[in-house]
Amino acid sequence: MFARMKPLVKEALNQTLIFGKFLCLLHITDKYICSPIIVHGPSMLPTMNLTGDVILAEHISSRFGKLSVGDVVLVSSPENPRKTVTKRILGLEGDKVAFLVDPSFGSGNYRTIVVPKGHVWIQGDNIYASKDSRHFGPVPYGLIHGKVFCRLWPPDGFGWLDQ
Amino acid sequence: MVSLNFISSLSKNFFTYGLKGLTISDRYISVVPVRGCSMSPTFNPHCSTSLEGSTDDSVLVEKFCLQKYEFSLGDVIVFCSPNDNKEKCVKRITALPGYWVSSPFSNDVVKIPDGHCWVEGDNSASSLDSRSIGPVPFHIIWPLKRVGKLEQRIPSGRFVF
Repeated sequence: MFARMKPLVKEALNQTLIFGKFLCLLHITDKYICSPIIVHGPSMLPTMNLTGDVILAEHISSRFGKLSVGDVVLVSSPENPRKTVTKRILGLEGDKVAFLVDPSFGSGNYRTIVVPKGHVWIQGDNIYASKDSRHFGPVPYGLIHGKVFCRLWPPDGFGWLDQ
Repeated sequence: MVSLNFISSLSKNFFTYGLKGLTISDRYISVVPVRGCSMSPTFNPHCSTSLEGSTDDSVLVEKFCLQKYEFSLGDVIVFCSPNDNKEKCVKRITALPGYWVSSPFSNDVVKIPDGHCWVEGDNSASSLDSRSIGPVPFHIIWPLKRVGKLEQRIPSGRFVF
């Protein structure tokens, strides 16, 4: 009986190994190359919709430090490490950033801050409904794990995201 | 012809094992060398600043905790320094979010904000510019050289409440 099972078991093991290799490839692509993400929320209007867009983010630029001002990036939220937020970089380390402390009051009380070494300043495009560096300060560069470069859904919004 | 086949099969094997090794090291377990003396005597107990690190401790790092980001007081962690993204630091967690930390050398009392923790080295009062740091990629450590789990310890002489 075991003699009949042996080739079956071997075949099953082979298939499992191939499947395991496929999962590893998936993990590597998702983590190091590019991955699709669903984003929702009002903080990046009008660039991104309220109800949810599917975007493509690449992980190569952030690993090599090739991000620049104006890029839309995926950042681990400093207040909750399990949450990922999408914001735009407005200042790299050493830059001077001027921001409105409270845009709803209408009196332009700007404050200037110099971004410390190893940090970036991120802000949502919709300054009235976005929790960003104006609330929790500059964010360490290591929390950035991807740069958004293309939108896949909705179909009428398909295409590259501009700066 | 024979050498071409050999090279292609060798590179295929290399690629496959590299992929698997990278995945396992990212998700489950990995080995990290510890440099510097900030964690003496727990790691690198015979360290002195003039010697090169030929007797550095290597530690086993487990990454299961990254699924839920659950850390406890006294855990030793590996993380990227907030001031320099490429530099990895090894320290112990001495306060979690919501705790107040006061240092015996200054009059400040700091409340640890959500999503952050206070880390300190075992050796001196060096806690990364003495301020709380963000949860930049965290990993938790097991020592490789010692049998048994690294004990969780809270340093005395600090008011942590």
